[in-house]
Amino acid sequence: MSTMIKLDSISKTYHMGEEDVHALQGLHLELQRNQYVAIMGPSGSGKSTLMNIIGCLDTPTSGLYELNGINVSEMNDNQLAKIRNKEIGFVFQTFNLLARSDVLHNVELPLIYGGVASAERKRLARESIERVGLTDRAHHKPNELSGGQRQRVAIARALVTHPSILLADEPTGNLDSKTGEEIMGLFDILHREGNTIILVTHEEDIAAHAHRIVRIRDGKVERDEPNKKRKVVTIPSTVMA
Amino acid sequence: MRYYFSEFKEGMLIAFQAIRANKMRSVLTTLGIVIGIVSVTLMGTAIEGLDRAFNKSIAAIGADVLYVQKWPWGGGHDWWTIRNRKDIRIQHAKVIERQATLAKSVSPVTATRRNVKYERKVVESVVIMGTDADFTETSGATIAFGRFLTPAEADGGRPVCALGSEVAVNLFPNENPIGKVVKVGNYAYRVVGVFDKQGSFLGMESLDNRVYVPINRFFKEFMSGRGGISVFVKAASLQQVDDAKEEVRGILRKARGLKPKQQDDFAINQQEIIIQTFNTIGVVIAGVGLFITGLSLFVGGIGIMNIMFVSVTERTREIGIRKAIGAPRRTILAQFLMESAALCLFGGLIGIAIAFPLSLIIDQVLPTAMPLSIVGIALLVSVIVGVVSGFLPAYRASRLDPVEALRYE
Repeated sequence: MSTMIKLDSISKTYHMGEEDVHALQGLHLELQRNQYVAIMGPSGSGKSTLMNIIGCLDTPTSGLYELNGINVSEMNDNQLAKIRNKEIGFVFQTFNLLARSDVLHNVELPLIYGGVASAERKRLARESIERVGLTDRAHHKPNELSGGQRQRVAIARALVTHPSILLADEPTGNLDSKTGEEIMGLFDILHREGNTIILVTHEEDIAAHAHRIVRIRDGKVERDEPNKKRKVVTIPSTVMA
Repeated sequence: MRYYFSEFKEGMLIAFQAIRANKMRSVLTTLGIVIGIVSVTLMGTAIEGLDRAFNKSIAAIGADVLYVQKWPWGGGHDWWTIRNRKDIRIQHAKVIERQATLAKSVSPVTATRRNVKYERKVVESVVIMGTDADFTETSGATIAFGRFLTPAEADGGRPVCALGSEVAVNLFPNENPIGKVVKVGNYAYRVVGVFDKQGSFLGMESLDNRVYVPINRFFKEFMSGRGGISVFVKAASLQQVDDAKEEVRGILRKARGLKPKQQDDFAINQQEIIIQTFNTIGVVIAGVGLFITGLSLFVGGIGIMNIMFVSVTERTREIGIRKAIGAPRRTILAQFLMESAALCLFGGLIGIAIAFPLSLIIDQVLPTAMPLSIVGIALLVSVIVGVVSGFLPAYRASRLDPVEALRYE
């Protein structure tokens, strides 16, 4: 298995007024292609900072971050935007869809920024929407959809560029447990299809879906182990409807 | 290339979504631009009208006439030097008349103001022009009925006069003035003719509120002390105006005994000078007018800037989302610039829609038409205002930290 993410002695320090907050302190982590990893930790452990750095939303204060063999730790804003566009698919707790745009346009958006031609864009977006089972909702606005459907739109948007990593930050945090399970079932399928998934969560239940669990505490990896009691969801028929 | 097109389309889409989503706010914000564009286009239209009126007036004076005078037209001359010049006198007119080969006609002209009476009717402060029989030829003014002064009357200084149309109408509302005797100041003159209506020069002094009398009589009855006169010289043709000017200049220099190195101690004025003067004034009027109206556009622009800051703040999270999924800074910048430009363009279009009917009202007073170029410039200006006032907010948006922006509530 090839190494996809290599984090070497990553530190991140924030200046909060007079005080320096050391969110990450020399963290090491490696991830292989097609792994399904849960990153866990209590609040204040640095897991959000870690997610931002892995997602190329932020750069480390020191240390080396290689994504697919490319050093991204010293890239500027616009280079990072390009990496995010091509390599990262974000799924947020709050969905973060554009309220005024319909499902198709929301899913199309990364392709617009990626410079894909209109016809090709539409085709890829529809394909991605179909994967999450929302073909008949393509022209609905987010406020016309349920929470689970919105999250599936977000997943479709994350998948549309065929990114290296699917980065999900508490993807079930705003969903009821049944819908949450459906979304987790969808992640299982996506993993089986060959996607690399990083799941940031503080819920053991959700983390139980992953194949490997990395626990963060005080800006360092506390424990990193395979998930032995992996939870397999029997996918309800509604998910791939 | 394709990328820019997609980006442009996306930007326009966002702009129109944003404007539509905040209809009331957009309309109110754009009001400043609307008012600015209305005032700028109307000012432009009025200036256009002023230009036209001037050109019409100038045509009435006649482009082929030279005005030999002590004072040059237009400013910028040393007052004392000119004041001390010798006056232009009637003999100068005679010399020019005798010697100039390129002059079609030459008329000495002088003027003062007097009340003109007929029976109980009085027209106050009428311009009394003393001239000779060639005046109609020289000035191009035409007689409506009766006749102008004959050479015999003019040279002999007979007490006869011709009336401007306004004076005639005021003194003789229901009568034929020909043959009647009017009192010009304290002296009696018999009316021999009435001029056609000539209108006014730039709406200032009417050319019709005049009485024309023989210049020789004028000197005796109205000239206090020794005043100078003007000499109107009509060139043989429009093409020969410049040659005629040189010829007259030579004749006068000799007549006034100027040595070759001495400067002219007289002025030969031409309409061109009025045109130049007017153009200078026109530029000043236009400049001041457009500056003042431009201020309203500036205020409108500040309104746009303000609302764009609000828009950026409101949509911080949206900006965060767009950045997270790969929108570079440039794209975010362009997006907000487009929104701001679209808002202003929208205002500009409304402004023109309002200004056009208003320009038709101006047309009633000052014949004009909104020039197409002003419409184009107005739209361009509104887009520029949009881009300029949207820049700071858009720049701020483009620099937002995606992590912070996504966290924004």
